Amino acid sequence: MSPSGAELLRQVKNQIEEIDPGVVHELIGEGIALIDVREVEEFAAGHIPGSKHVPKSYLETRIEAAVPDRDAHVVLYCQSGNRSAWAARTLVEDLGYSDVASMTGGITLWKDRGYEVEVPRALSAEQRERYSRHLLMGEVGVEGQVKLLDAKVLLLGAGGLGSPTALYLAAAGVGTLGIVDDDEVDLSNLQRQVIHTTARIGIPKVDSAEETIHALNPDVQVVKYPLRLNAENIMETITGWDIIVDGVDNFPTRYLLNDASVRLQIPVVSASILGFDGQLSIFKPYDGPCYRCLFPQPPPAELAPSCGANGVLGVLPGTMGLLQATEVVKLILGIGDPAIGRLLLYDALAATLSEVKVRRDPDCPICSRPPDSISDEEMGVFPDYEAFCAAAG
Amino acid sequence: MATIKIPPVLRASVGGEREVNASGGNVGEILRDLASSHPATESQLFSAEGQLNRYVNVYLNDEDVRVLEGLETAVGDSDTLVILPAMAGG
Repeated sequence: MSPSGAELLRQVKNQIEEIDPGVVHELIGEGIALIDVREVEEFAAGHIPGSKHVPKSYLETRIEAAVPDRDAHVVLYCQSGNRSAWAARTLVEDLGYSDVASMTGGITLWKDRGYEVEVPRALSAEQRERYSRHLLMGEVGVEGQVKLLDAKVLLLGAGGLGSPTALYLAAAGVGTLGIVDDDEVDLSNLQRQVIHTTARIGIPKVDSAEETIHALNPDVQVVKYPLRLNAENIMETITGWDIIVDGVDNFPTRYLLNDASVRLQIPVVSASILGFDGQLSIFKPYDGPCYRCLFPQPPPAELAPSCGANGVLGVLPGTMGLLQATEVVKLILGIGDPAIGRLLLYDALAATLSEVKVRRDPDCPICSRPPDSISDEEMGVFPDYEAFCAAAG
Repeated sequence: MATIKIPPVLRASVGGEREVNASGGNVGEILRDLASSHPATESQLFSAEGQLNRYVNVYLNDEDVRVLEGLETAVGDSDTLVILPAMAGG
């Protein structure tokens, strides 16, 4: 005769290791992987701080993302200690984890002992549906999605690079997007600036971008700056943003941005494009090199065709802008290996992505010094460049 | 012969090639060889005083020669030099 459910549970509990909440409380911060195996709604109602969420019904498919090391000390818990017992047996017997325990009495006993419970900010039902593909990923989940919703990202330019970046950051649920652009939509922009439309030719790019972003994702708040960055307005404009995405089309603004962002210690995800080639790097002040460490001087006009009208393959800013968006999302989530101290080089014709190392310059005129020693007068300064560009037409 | 990767803005000066080969035992000799084969590159690479222009970054494989031994950095036949000017298009 088959055993009853209760009898089977007793057998399972005999086969696995159980651990008291008091012991788990001692072990937190000691390198254990604490996994909540309950349903989404239960986890959202409150869970043990530092625990990861892998619902029991998805255990087999998602545990590896949460705990890649099969010899890690894994502690599972649920509401009362039963579902976590089944899950522990699955991890040991079916998936080969070597050191797994189920917490006795679940989070109910944990709470009875007076230990802390974290109640995460809940997503609405619509948000859970909209971001469901993020929530399925161990690297994002509710916690990561809340980070994205809380993030403030400033885009310099709603042009070739800024268009795809803004679209995908908005779709990903980055909660506040700032857009700096003093231009209006022109027919010749539409070969690559995909956030704008033919019907919006002649209207300010910040307004056009806002309309597209809101149509895509009403969660996103758009802050518009219909201005051209200069030494007078840059500090006020970029203060308070978490990350800046640099897609500006000229050297003077890139140097000015560098100096101000070092002073305010805001990371800049920077890309540039020309023809069939793209470059990308993250300049994270004092953690890595700055733009002046990489390029101490701008090239003269004949080697800097961005001064004048030049061609660019329409899809290239799409590729580079989405590499920027990817780096932004990684920085917000704190995952992966960001492109700090590396310059990625994309060659569209060769279909290659290579990279070179970028070192901090110990003699850098800007980032070798403390941030508050950088004065207004020094920012964006280099020899006569604007005159040079103007002369080159 | 080491390989030199030519950036878009210099390709017109080397007949449109994306990569060229040049001889020499160090970075300086190889860039001089490039400049003598393709004279249009000389003023773009070197200052009037014969120094590498500060706005031109040169990498031996993936390392900036400024943190190696500059123009004196030894180069083997299987090495690649990357010439990289800043770009500002957006």
